Amino acid sequence: MTPAKQVIADAIPGSKKQDPILRVDGLRREFGGLVAVDIAHLEVQRGAITALIGPNGAGKTTAFNLMSGFDTPTNGTSEFDGVDITGVQGHELAQRGMVRTFQLTRVLTRLTVLENMMLGAVGQIGEKPWTSPFRFLWTKQEDEIRERSEALLKRFKLDHVAGEYAGNISGGQRKLLEMARALMVEPRLVMLDEPMAGVNPALKQSLLGHVKNLQSEGMSVLFIEHDMDMVHEIADWVVVMAEGRLIAEGTPDQISSNRAVVDAYLGEHQGTSFLEDA
Amino acid sequence: MNWELIFSNAVYVAFSSSAAAYALIAIGINVHIGYTGLLNFGQAGFAAAGAYGMAIPLATFGWHWTAAIGSSIFFAILLALLLGAPTLRLRSDYLAIVTIAAAEIIRISMMSVRFTWLTGGTDGKKGFADFLVDSNPFGDNRYQFFAQSVNGYSLYITIIGWILVAIFGSLVYFMMRGPWGRVLRGIREDETAVRSLGKSVTKFKMQSLVLGGVIGAVGGIILASEKQSAQPMEYGTTLTFFAFTIVILGGLATARGPIIGAVIFWFILQFVDNVLEQATRNEVVPTWVVNGNNFGQVKFILAGFALALLVVFRPQGIYGNKREMSFDSR
Amino acid sequence: MTKRILDVENLIAGYIPEVNILNGCNVHVDEGEFVGIIGPNGAGKSTLLKALLGMCGVRDGTVHLNGENVTGLKAHELITKGVGYVPQTNNVFPSLTVKENLEMGCFLKPEVFEQRLEAVMEMFPKLRERAGQKARGLSGGERQMVAMGRALMLEPKLLLLDEPSAGLSPALQDEVFLQCRRINKTGVAILMVEQNARRCLQVAGRGYVLDQGKNAYSGTGRELLQDPNVIELYLGSLSRATGG
Repeated sequence: MTPAKQVIADAIPGSKKQDPILRVDGLRREFGGLVAVDIAHLEVQRGAITALIGPNGAGKTTAFNLMSGFDTPTNGTSEFDGVDITGVQGHELAQRGMVRTFQLTRVLTRLTVLENMMLGAVGQIGEKPWTSPFRFLWTKQEDEIRERSEALLKRFKLDHVAGEYAGNISGGQRKLLEMARALMVEPRLVMLDEPMAGVNPALKQSLLGHVKNLQSEGMSVLFIEHDMDMVHEIADWVVVMAEGRLIAEGTPDQISSNRAVVDAYLGEHQGTSFLEDA
Repeated sequence: MNWELIFSNAVYVAFSSSAAAYALIAIGINVHIGYTGLLNFGQAGFAAAGAYGMAIPLATFGWHWTAAIGSSIFFAILLALLLGAPTLRLRSDYLAIVTIAAAEIIRISMMSVRFTWLTGGTDGKKGFADFLVDSNPFGDNRYQFFAQSVNGYSLYITIIGWILVAIFGSLVYFMMRGPWGRVLRGIREDETAVRSLGKSVTKFKMQSLVLGGVIGAVGGIILASEKQSAQPMEYGTTLTFFAFTIVILGGLATARGPIIGAVIFWFILQFVDNVLEQATRNEVVPTWVVNGNNFGQVKFILAGFALALLVVFRPQGIYGNKREMSFDSR
Repeated sequence: MTKRILDVENLIAGYIPEVNILNGCNVHVDEGEFVGIIGPNGAGKSTLLKALLGMCGVRDGTVHLNGENVTGLKAHELITKGVGYVPQTNNVFPSLTVKENLEMGCFLKPEVFEQRLEAVMEMFPKLRERAGQKARGLSGGERQMVAMGRALMLEPKLLLLDEPSAGLSPALQDEVFLQCRRINKTGVAILMVEQNARRCLQVAGRGYVLDQGKNAYSGTGRELLQDPNVIELYLGSLSRATGG
C-alpha cells in the first residue's frame, strides 16, 4: 500500500488545512426542533483519506447528505475546490466531481452489472430522447464508456459477473460495484458512506486496497466508518462527530487516545481481547 | 351458435382500429410504468387530450387538419408538464393520485352541459373527421372477412392505426435501447443512485412523461376517428384499466408486449362477449346465470379476474423476463 | 451428560425456487453453550436462522429441538418451545414504549409478565431508566437492548441472535458482546450469527465458519482465532496485528 499522506493541521475540531478540497461553514440542519447537524467549520484536505467517525445518531450521514447536495441545509455555506457550491443539487455536484456512495447499497437491480457501470459515465450524448434512437450518434462514445467500464470491473474483480443482473450478485459484490460505478463519474472527491458495513473481513482487505488506490490516483476520499481497524489502516486524518457537532480532529493515533472520543464512542475495551482464559 | 361469426368477429375486433388505439395507449403506459417506474393512472386523460385537442379546433374553429393534430400533440405535452411539474420531485404516489384526478377532471369537463357548444357535451364532439372521410381510398365499399363484414372507412382507419402503432412501437424500441432508455430504467430501479451519478432525474422523468403522454394522445385520436366522434364516456377509468391489463398481459418494459397484448386482450374480450350473446339468445345457458340484459357486464368481470390471475401466476406477461420479476419478492 | 438443545443436520434451504443458499449445513448447540457463526456475505448465516424459524423454504435436512423434530415449524410455534429470536433489523416496535415492547415479548404468558419484567430489567438497568420512553426515540444500542430483553421475556433456553453488533459504534459493540456473555452465564444457550468475526469468536465458546452454505471450519473460539486458514480467509490480516 502507498504510504499515508501526512496531514499537517492542528488536532482541534474545525482546524484549517493546507489545501482544502472541501470547506463548510456554519453547516446546520434542523428537523423541526431537533438540530441534527451543527458544524461550525470543517476543512477536508485535498489528496488525503479522511475518516468521519462518531456514534450512531451523531449526524454523520446527514452531514454527508448536506455536503453532497442530497439534502438542503437550514443554514451554512460550502465550497468545493474553491467554488461556492451552497445550494447546488446532488446530481450537479456529481457532474462537478463530487461523488458519494450509500450506506445501504443502491445498485440498479434489474440492470446488468455492466449497465450499472455504463450509466455512471457523465456526458454521454445518447442520453437525450432525440439522440437515443440514432445509434450512429452515440455508438463511438458508448464503446469508449464500455471499455472504461470493463477495465474498472476487471480492477474490482467483477468482470466475471458483468452480464449478471446486479440484483443477483452478493452483498459484498454490490459494495464493490457501487464503488466502481462511482469512479465512472471521474470524481475528484469520493465520499463513501460506511463502505465496510456488512462486509466480511476478507473482502475488507481488498476494499481497503481499492480505497488506497483512489488516493494514489489523485482523488481525495472522505469516508464514514465504524470499523476502527480500517480507520487506523488507511485514514490520514480523522474527524469525530457527536450529537451533530465536531468534537475532535486528528491523526488516528491522536483520536484513539482522545479522552472525549473514547468516552463517547470507542469504548474502554478497544484493542483488548475478550477471550477468557480457559 | 354461429361459431364462424363468433370467431371472425373476435378476430376482426382484435385487429380493429380500437385495438390499434389501445395498443398506442398501452405503449404510452409502458413508457411510463414499464421503463421509468412512473405511476400514471390517468392515461385516459392523455387520450382525451389527444382526441379533443384535435376535434375541437377542427370542428368548432375550422382549423386545417395538420394544425389540429399539432394542437392535439400540444395539449398532450401541456398536460404532461402540468401533471409533472408539481409531482415529479415527490414520491411516486403523488403522481399516481394527481393523474387519476386529472383524467377524471378532463372527462367531466368534456361532458359539461354549459360548454356543449365547445365540447359536444355528453353526446361527444362530432364533425371533425371530414378530412379522413374525404381521403378514404376505400370509399363506401364493404369487404368480407369470413362471416364478418367490414366497411371501407373502418378499414382505412384501421390501417392508419396500425401504421402508427408500428411507427411509435419502433420509435420507443429504439429510444429505450439507447443510453436515454438506460437512464430511465435506472431511475425505475433507484432514483437516488442515478442522481448520485450526475443525472438530473426530474428532467428525465418529465421527458418520459411527455413521450408516453403524446403516444397515448395519438391513441385517443384513433379512437375518436373510428367513430368520427370524441365521446367523454370513452375516456374514463375503464380505458386506463384496460390499457393496464394489456401492458401487463404483454409484459412490462417489452417492445412487443403492448401491441400483442392489445390484440389478444380484445380477441378474448370480444370472443367471450360473442359467445355469451349467442348463448343467451339461443338459450344455451340458463337465464339465471346470464341473460340478455347482463351478459355485457361479464366481459368486465372477466377482464378483472384475468388481470388478478395474471399478476399472481404470470406477472411477467407474455414477453416479460421471469428472472427480472423475481427480484421484487426478496 | 449435557443435553443437545439444537441439532441441525444437512440443511438445504433457499428463498427463490431452484436457488439454494444453504447447501448442507450442520450445526449443533448444547445446553448452556455459546456458539458463534461467522463467514462471508452470502454464506447463508442469516439464512440459517431464517430457515430454523420457518421463514424460508427448507428443502432438505432436519432440525431437532431438544430431540423433537421441528423442521419447517413456523417461528411463533418455536417461541412456545423455548426459543428466543432477535432479528437484525426492525426488532423493536417503534411506537410502543420500552415496557410495552417487553410486554409484547411476554404475550404468550401474561401471567409471568411482572416477574420476568423485573428479571430482565435487572439484567439491563438502562431499560429500567427508559421504561416509559417510546422505542423510536432510543439510540441504536438501547434499541438492541430492548430487542434482546424482549426475546428473553419468555425465559428461552436457546437465544438466536442475528448480527447484534450491526451498525453500532465500537464501544457499543463491545458492550453487546459482553452483555451476550452475561446472558449466557445465566444458563441461556446462545447461537449468534455475526459479522464482527473476531469479537464473536472471543466471546463464544465454539464457532462455525460458514461459506457458500456449507460448513467450512469449526472448533472452539480460541482454536478458530488461531487457525491460519481462518485468519487468512475470514478474519483478515488486521486480527493478526491485534493478536486475535
